[in-house]
Amino acid sequence: MNRTLERIAPFALGGLALCLWQGIVWVTGIQPYVLPGPFDVLNAYFDDFGNLNAALLSTLTVTLTALAAATTLGVFLAVAMAASTLFRAAVHPWAVILQVTPLVAIAPLIIIWVGQPFFVLLICATIVSFFPILSNTAAGLSATPSELLDVFKLNGATRWQTLFWLRLPSALPNFLIGLRISGTLALVGAVVAEFVAGSGGFASGLAYQIIEGQYRLEIGRMFAALFLLGISGILIYGSLGLLERFLLRRRDAA
Amino acid sequence: MLLIDGVSKRFAGGTLALDNVSSRIETGEFVALLGPSGCGKSTLLRLLAGLEQASSGQILWDEGRKPGPGGIGFVFQDATLLPWATVAENVYLPLRLRGHRRAVVAGRIETALAQVGLADFAGTRPKALSGGMRMRVSIARALVSSPLLLLMDEPFAALDEFTRHRLQEDLHQLWRASGTTIVFVTHSIYEASYLANRILVMSPRPGRIAADLRTHISDQPGRRGSVEYATLVNKVTETLRQVMPE
Repeated sequence: MNRTLERIAPFALGGLALCLWQGIVWVTGIQPYVLPGPFDVLNAYFDDFGNLNAALLSTLTVTLTALAAATTLGVFLAVAMAASTLFRAAVHPWAVILQVTPLVAIAPLIIIWVGQPFFVLLICATIVSFFPILSNTAAGLSATPSELLDVFKLNGATRWQTLFWLRLPSALPNFLIGLRISGTLALVGAVVAEFVAGSGGFASGLAYQIIEGQYRLEIGRMFAALFLLGISGILIYGSLGLLERFLLRRRDAA
Repeated sequence: MLLIDGVSKRFAGGTLALDNVSSRIETGEFVALLGPSGCGKSTLLRLLAGLEQASSGQILWDEGRKPGPGGIGFVFQDATLLPWATVAENVYLPLRLRGHRRAVVAGRIETALAQVGLADFAGTRPKALSGGMRMRVSIARALVSSPLLLLMDEPFAALDEFTRHRLQEDLHQLWRASGTTIVFVTHSIYEASYLANRILVMSPRPGRIAADLRTHISDQPGRRGSVEYATLVNKVTETLRQVMPE
């Protein structure tokens, strides 16, 4: 009973907010170029179905490619850091600096240097999203039980055996948490990069739809793009959560 | 089997864990390292295993006795099993690390599991086992490579008393049957007296061997209630009282 309620609750809250929103629009008679109601947004979506969906596809392509790149980069760096304290000492501060530097501050540089739109977006979204995977995987790798490491050492295990048969499986839960955070960050990174790149004339992605909607006072289109973004975010987060459960159950299956 | 020759160990923080410890361990002995926490008994065990290096002094192995990889079995206070691997896979691990194919050593894995009474649990995951059974798996993992020397660091300390007694009895029988040399760290006078045929009593701050007792009680299964055993426990208790600093 409680669980069903919990499942319904977010939809109920969303539905309630939508009703309230539509009600306010009807009662106050506010102009749709200031605040469109939910029905106006839905209309805007179907009016511009092709463009918006193409934009969504473009943003998701960047997001998922960036997430794959961030995973590769993050895991690779984490393993290298676990293997060598010198490497860790050299690289870790720079990874932190890259993480705290606002993307909008470095995106113009990347646009100048790289130029090709897809790679610009990909690099930006990767920079934003690789850090949680790196730090969570690194934490998992260094939290390997020291006694198990001793067991491996006593039996003459090589570095690679220890890495693949002990450290990486031990770090799996931490890695998956990092992956989940990075998944949503990759989406944020892709959209922010689109905003910066969009002002440079690149026309693709949901951010561009929002910018164009703003210029033309098509507020309905802006909202439609926002909804698509939100839904994508939830879907990415949710499916990475499912992946997490599946992989951990497979690893520890009885 | 080996000579502990004037071994001292000072940790990075400056603590002197072991101070000029010397002794000999003979093949086939069951040695208990007995003492309160802080007496360096676990450190001495790790030095024997080669997991740590002495600050001064050395461990001298007899001619041809120096163990290679897998030559030393080590059992920790926790079972330290791979949670994602089955019981048989955990026991296979030491052999796998040395490149043995599973099919080739299947018999050795079975034997090791049978030795600890877990033949029927080969496919089970550690999570589904009780603490005592997990410890049995850990012992099987240490035995599967037929080690020359078995080192045990308070392996039964976290178990309930009934389980502990069962495991003590089984370990004692295993030792009788296999003749493996065992060094066993414990802070329990009863455990040391029950299991070992030699007790090295250690005193703390800094860690030293304060007494070396050879015990000669019979191997009867019911000896936990015997007068011999009670006398030995009293003797060890008295020794410990004498060597402890105020």
